[in-house]
Amino acid sequence: MASEEMEQLVRREYKDGFVTDIESDTLPPGLDENTIAFISNKKGEPEWMLEWRLDAYRQWLKMEAPSWAHLDYPPIDYQSISYFSAPKRPEDRPQSLDEVDPKLLETYEKLGIPLHERAALAGVAVDAVFDSVSVATTFKKQLGEAGVIFCSISEAIRDYPELIKQYLGTVVPVADNYFAALNSAVFTDGSFVFVPEGVTCPMELSTYFRINAANTGQFERTLIICESRAQVSYLEGCTAPMRDENQLHAAVVELVALDDAYIKYSTVQNWYPGDENGVGGIYNFVTKRGDCRGDRSRISWTQVETGSAITWKYPSCVLRGKDSIGEFYSVAVTNGRQQADTGTKMIHIGEGTRSYIVAKGISAGRSDQSYRGLVKIGPRAKGARNFTQCDSLLIGDKCGAHTFPYQEIGNSTATIEHEATTSKIGEDQLFYCQSRGISEEDAVSMIVNGFCKDVFQELPMEFAVEAEALLNVTLEGAVG
Amino acid sequence: MSDTQTFLDTLKARSPHYKAEPTWIAARRQAGAARFEALGFPTRRDEEWKYTDVRSIAQGNFALADNAEFSQASAAALTLPIDAYRLTFVDGVFSSALSDLDSLPSSVQVLPLSKALVENHEAVGGPLGRLTGVDFSPFAALNTAFMEEGAVVRIAPGTVVEKPILLQFLSRAGQPVMCHPRILVEAGGRSEATLIEHYTGESEATNFTNVVGELMLDRGAILAHYKLQEAPLGDMHVASIHVEQSRDTRYTSYNLSLGGALVRNDLISDLNGQGAETNFLGLFFGQGRQHVDNHTKVNHNAPLTFSNENYKGILDDRAHGVFNGKVYVKRDSQKIEGFQSNQNLLLSDRAHIDAKPELEIYADDVKCSHGTTTGQLDEEAIYALRTRGIDEATARGLLTLAFAGEVLDKVSLDAIAERVELAVAGKLPERFNLAGLVEAAAALND
Amino acid sequence: MLQVNDLHVSVEGNEILKGLTLTIKAGEVHAIMGPNGAGKSTLSAVIAGKDGYEVTQGTITFEGKDVLEMEIEERAQAGLLLGFQYPVEIPGVKNIYLLKSALNAQRVARGEGEMPAPEFMKLVKEKLGYMKMDASFLQRAVNEGFSGGEKKRNEILQMLVLQPKLAMLDEIDSGLDIDAMKIVADGVNSLRAEDRAILLVTHYQRLLDYIVPDKVHVLVDGRIVKTGDAELAKQLEANGYEGIEESVA
Repeated sequence: MASEEMEQLVRREYKDGFVTDIESDTLPPGLDENTIAFISNKKGEPEWMLEWRLDAYRQWLKMEAPSWAHLDYPPIDYQSISYFSAPKRPEDRPQSLDEVDPKLLETYEKLGIPLHERAALAGVAVDAVFDSVSVATTFKKQLGEAGVIFCSISEAIRDYPELIKQYLGTVVPVADNYFAALNSAVFTDGSFVFVPEGVTCPMELSTYFRINAANTGQFERTLIICESRAQVSYLEGCTAPMRDENQLHAAVVELVALDDAYIKYSTVQNWYPGDENGVGGIYNFVTKRGDCRGDRSRISWTQVETGSAITWKYPSCVLRGKDSIGEFYSVAVTNGRQQADTGTKMIHIGEGTRSYIVAKGISAGRSDQSYRGLVKIGPRAKGARNFTQCDSLLIGDKCGAHTFPYQEIGNSTATIEHEATTSKIGEDQLFYCQSRGISEEDAVSMIVNGFCKDVFQELPMEFAVEAEALLNVTLEGAVG
Repeated sequence: MSDTQTFLDTLKARSPHYKAEPTWIAARRQAGAARFEALGFPTRRDEEWKYTDVRSIAQGNFALADNAEFSQASAAALTLPIDAYRLTFVDGVFSSALSDLDSLPSSVQVLPLSKALVENHEAVGGPLGRLTGVDFSPFAALNTAFMEEGAVVRIAPGTVVEKPILLQFLSRAGQPVMCHPRILVEAGGRSEATLIEHYTGESEATNFTNVVGELMLDRGAILAHYKLQEAPLGDMHVASIHVEQSRDTRYTSYNLSLGGALVRNDLISDLNGQGAETNFLGLFFGQGRQHVDNHTKVNHNAPLTFSNENYKGILDDRAHGVFNGKVYVKRDSQKIEGFQSNQNLLLSDRAHIDAKPELEIYADDVKCSHGTTTGQLDEEAIYALRTRGIDEATARGLLTLAFAGEVLDKVSLDAIAERVELAVAGKLPERFNLAGLVEAAAALND
Repeated sequence: MLQVNDLHVSVEGNEILKGLTLTIKAGEVHAIMGPNGAGKSTLSAVIAGKDGYEVTQGTITFEGKDVLEMEIEERAQAGLLLGFQYPVEIPGVKNIYLLKSALNAQRVARGEGEMPAPEFMKLVKEKLGYMKMDASFLQRAVNEGFSGGEKKRNEILQMLVLQPKLAMLDEIDSGLDIDAMKIVADGVNSLRAEDRAILLVTHYQRLLDYIVPDKVHVLVDGRIVKTGDAELAKQLEANGYEGIEESVA
């Protein structure tokens, strides 16, 4: 294909880039113990929570940012970031959708998330996190009848302190890594889900995250607990407006699955990736970890990553319970100057544990993408199995695609298989489609979607459609 | 006293030996020492050494051997039964008594490094250190600081060397010593040769060998390179081998690692010209508390280059294996093909393997893949063998041997293939009942 | 020699054999014929001890011993040997290893010592010659890259070396051209002996022109519905299985 066409295809606009014009209550940039006290106070947190945060902060001060990832970005000045930005009227937070600022709702509309309809038609309960504060949680009542708690983490700290004390930081300890420690110190909001024993959550739960205010960091914290035989499917969507400067997103997600519980966590991440010259965009440093604490428990991560200037993200499973299962299905698309270092860790501790990894990476433009994964089989993990399939597709000759799988195997009865391939869209494939009357762009879209099929089929229906659409936008024409 | 300092002190005590050497060597030796001092021994915090702890080397106190005495009879028992041009080194010291260069054609030079330096040191100074500089690793720096002996092989363009060139390294029992051999190979255009490095020795030995190899293949050259490592089980063995391939060359490495307490191999091929092809075949076997680490890297620096890698590991007892294989494709190195496969078998619950197959790719029109498996023998095959009356343990033994066989089948020197197969069969646990079987089959073959 | 009594076998919950009874005496050659899916291969697989077959009822005894209680290799060592319809490829395991290990296992089980190497070599070379196979074949991996015909010849070679008491040959004729079929049939015929029995499982009568059986059994829907002599096979060839099925129904 002509390189010109390719260029054209690679160039695309960020469709979710608009700024919501509402007043927000923003803390000036800077980070010290006072900042943390301010956040904790603003949230009406108990003393023990503040201590927890300060402990994290003090540990963070002693830590260094990791340098092992295949990423290149200037050092982050943590003092130039604002650590709190809430839409105005925090004292008088909307209690139902009707009370939500219409402009916010409009924002969601533009993002293609018609909150009402979506919630009503698809039966999805949405917890929308706008900058740092959870603005609305729908369907609370219906969930309450089933015994499911779905609220913002701030509410949970106030209303369910025992659950928080029991679980928070037990999957991702405060000093787990540099970004997790920072998050533990300054997290502002996020979701909390608790599904009691034997309950299958009656609807899919969903959260939309959006960074809006300039110079703002977003540090959300999500905690999901499924007791024995409980099940939940949780969806997370992310977007941010176009800004010239880089914005920091450092989230922590903790999942706990007890005996026979099943947590399915799906993400469609479309943070602003920066422009084609690499100006602006979100730095996305996320720690997501699930703990299969119970026997036969199962945690499944599915992610479609199309956004962010920098992605550093390894949703993981600690397979502690006997016969527990961890899954990771990922599509990552990078274009422009995006850099992504993403993958998973499967830590097999218990007997008969199984894990599946399917990672599809698509690199275009001048982007650079790495799959980094760890499969670790402990000495007690008798009969553990892992299967990893890791495929890269390169579009254009200025991008990079890399694979760094780590396997640490300490049990002779384990079976571990890893396969990786790197390819481009074949001229013959394109020609074949075109000779059947399909336009080149559609052909590329078809082929890429086919390449990602194994992952898309893991997504809940309405997300799968959105993911495909997003993929097409991201790669709009991007080929050669 | 730091670990590094022990080695630097040994170097200092050795310095009278180096008084008369050419200035370029002195300068490199100094640079090596300085670099080693600055880097220190690697630790597991270093990504390249994440799975290998070298403290048993760092904390050792190794002298330098000053003679090459070795009984003819015991050397003969250790030597590969192959008709070859042979250079022998005993604890790093050249032994002319155990070497044999009879009928070496004039188009081929095979020299101990010490002699090559005396004859024409400038001819050595050019290529030496060009591929493996002191920055490569602390061990490469250490080798440069201590370099005294080794082998220089020069093959004139168009020469087909009929017999293999065998570099034999013998390790003696007694006070621990270290050696830092340098191997320099310059294969002229369209030449063809087979090079064998063979490490072996007295079973009680506890020495440290730190070899650096630099192999340069000129246009169209073909080189088969065997590294048969049967070092005594108390030996430490570190090897850094760097291959430079120009256009249309073909290099095949057979890295067969059986011995040594702590083994680390770094093998790197630079494919710098179109049509260059590299093949890495590896088999490693660990038992007891052996630690075997293989790091390989193929750099596709030019378009239309090809690499194929197949490494197999078998680990028993508390042995620890590491495989780290990287395929790198430089920007615009289009139409390359890079394949990598690593398979491991753990025979015991305390054995451990860390595998890291990597791809780093900056060109789009490439065919690259890697696959790695660690796991179980084929149950279908076990069943089939049992229906022939073979008990399950023997069936597992046969399949384990077969696992190694998939690499050994590609070894074209029968003497080496048979020797390694026998060694593996002999090392496999007794429950596999393989004793005698392989020998009988080999006898049948004759 | 072999006594199968009211054998019921299920695979993944589906009953394949539904009360099969069969007696084979030393010196006899039996053929089991039947349409696809009748359970022919199931019978030989169960006798050889393949996983995944559940015997829900009935017994199998071989020379008075309960076969179902025996390990897979014990059955082979006792002289029950199965020639596969689809012999598995075992990469890297040389044929010579397989033959030597198998023969020694059998001899050790009988309380004989291992066969000395020269004697073994002589034996193997003789049998190779009989099967018109080259000696280089011994150094090749078991069945790896073999053609269909080579695989089948290899099965018979193993029989010739291991000299089973009961040789079960599952569709040994499938995928063979006429020349290969003759070699295989010659091999099988050379196995015929007073103290040995042979059980042929086949879909087509063709093979029975070369290996003439003493008894032919027709297996339909998990049961033997008719037993006769070699003539029965010819009738089947002429009339097909449908006629039999009807006459039974």
